[in-house]
Amino acid sequence: MRADSPMAPPRSFLWSRRIFLTLLTGFVLLPVYVMVSSSLKPLADVTGKFRWLPSGLTIRPYIDIWSTVPLARYFVNSLVVAGAATVCSVVIAVFSAYAVSRYDFRGKRVFTVTVLSTQMFPGILFLLPLFLLYVNIGNTTGIALFGSRGGLILTYLTFSLPFSIWMLIGYFDSVPRDLDEAALVDGCGPLGALFRIVVPAAIPGIVAVAVYAFMTAWGEVLFASVMTNDTTRTLAVGLQGYSTLNDVYWNQIMAASLVVSVPVVAGFLLLQRYLVAGLTAGAVK
Amino acid sequence: MTTTAEVEKPRTDPGSERAPRPRPGRIRRIGLPYLLLLPALVLELLVHLVPMVIGIVMSFKELTQFYIRDWGTAPWSGLDNYKVSVDFDAPVGEALLHSFLVTVGFTLLSVGLCWLIGTAAAIFMQDTFRGRGLLRALFLVPYALPVYAAVITWVFMFQHDNGLVNHVLHDQLHLTDKPSFWLIGDNSFYALLTVSVWKGWPFAFLIVMAGLQNIPGELYEAAALDGAGRWQQIRRITLPSLGAVNQVLLLVLFLWTFNDFNTPFVLFGRAAPEAADLISVHIYQASFVTWNFGTGSAMSVLLLLFLLAVTGVYLAVTSRGRRASHAR
Repeated sequence: MRADSPMAPPRSFLWSRRIFLTLLTGFVLLPVYVMVSSSLKPLADVTGKFRWLPSGLTIRPYIDIWSTVPLARYFVNSLVVAGAATVCSVVIAVFSAYAVSRYDFRGKRVFTVTVLSTQMFPGILFLLPLFLLYVNIGNTTGIALFGSRGGLILTYLTFSLPFSIWMLIGYFDSVPRDLDEAALVDGCGPLGALFRIVVPAAIPGIVAVAVYAFMTAWGEVLFASVMTNDTTRTLAVGLQGYSTLNDVYWNQIMAASLVVSVPVVAGFLLLQRYLVAGLTAGAVK
Repeated sequence: MTTTAEVEKPRTDPGSERAPRPRPGRIRRIGLPYLLLLPALVLELLVHLVPMVIGIVMSFKELTQFYIRDWGTAPWSGLDNYKVSVDFDAPVGEALLHSFLVTVGFTLLSVGLCWLIGTAAAIFMQDTFRGRGLLRALFLVPYALPVYAAVITWVFMFQHDNGLVNHVLHDQLHLTDKPSFWLIGDNSFYALLTVSVWKGWPFAFLIVMAGLQNIPGELYEAAALDGAGRWQQIRRITLPSLGAVNQVLLLVLFLWTFNDFNTPFVLFGRAAPEAADLISVHIYQASFVTWNFGTGSAMSVLLLLFLLAVTGVYLAVTSRGRRASHAR
């Protein structure tokens, strides 16, 4: 860091910084303010002209959101889907990254390039084929993937997998090899070395990857809109349900948006230090 | 693909050089790396590669609503789907071309702004100052918010009668004669761009911030001793040192923005206005409104080919540029 930089920054730099960061903060916080303030407004405030300050504060929207649409069910669905996808994705990424980081084998480059290049596939390209594939697997084997949480979990975990593997490879590379070679000499198997030495040393990277995987699954809209039904609908799709024919319950929508954002935003802000550290080690090479 | 493989080289090689060639004792477990990769491979095959192949096959079929139940029986149609997609004089091709151009313009603007804001913020926040930690956390909020929750808030702000944007621009600042429509018509492009930049710049910020930490402090000290001011240091040291980071960052931002479906879908619903008709939503509509999945697949394949070409050229050009500047 530059705290001990021998030259104090000039006035022009300080003023540019002040102005830029102030404007940026306003831009960033504006929707957050709208979300929070509108969620506490009575319905009349959000159907009429926009008001900066509520005419009166009410927690009514926070009570009504649970009965206007089955928000609790959507919430549980999202939690199960995102949670399971995260756990699976992280475990699989750890194995893959360990193999790539610690072994030389044929096809290593093909693997990394292929996995990474899936990142650039437009989701729309495999949405429909995947839909057909899941339906066909269901018809022939009886495993219900289409419309089930399982299918969504499977789909989402592959979304975060490439980036997770990539980031963990970088992270594992930064764990000195001497450590796990010493463990191998001491009689640990390769998996012992992985779980006793490499994984504990790479916890920040693993946490970062987990945060990323959870956020990816929690926020996905496209596949959720096609691959879920009434019982498995996630928040991403369910939130649209607050618009009725006569009125749009904007205060409830804002309240619900806030409620579904709190778990991810809180988790992210608590763990962002690890994410930054993980990115430093992994992505930036 | 060959270009991509070449470019991978600098990233993977240092690692294998650092590691001694595997000693005979380790070769014994030759199957292990494959075993470790197996779950990832199987899943990537199932969810990405197999569907992609199916998608390519579908693009050569006349897959209309009559064949959805049993798509294998749909008749082959050769290149018909592609011909329809790129016949720019006919409505379907014309609309696709329009959507493509809108997407290119939108992506370039969005990526440029995200990169600019993210880099500026990261550089301005390199020094420690009071409130820096809090500010950094705040700046990451748009990135952390679930897309739909954030975008739906913007939908509310862009409402014609009860939105914040019209209230400020029309009622308070009197900049417009009458309240504007933001989510339909030509303005929708700027609405989409605003939301996309708001949502996307923190990622650039995060990556550049991480990249800045890898610049050795001695460089700045040496420059300061030579009498370089702060602005000069930024121009001569900070920005050039970010070359490697920017190479990856810009590519990732480009691909994500170009393929973005979530933002326009939540912002406009299924019917995107013409001015903001991004390609992903366009193909989605083309597939699900007309139920002609064959043509939709052909469009997706064309999109993928375009992205592959852009990525290949980009990596080849930027890597050569970087190698050249390293050699100097």
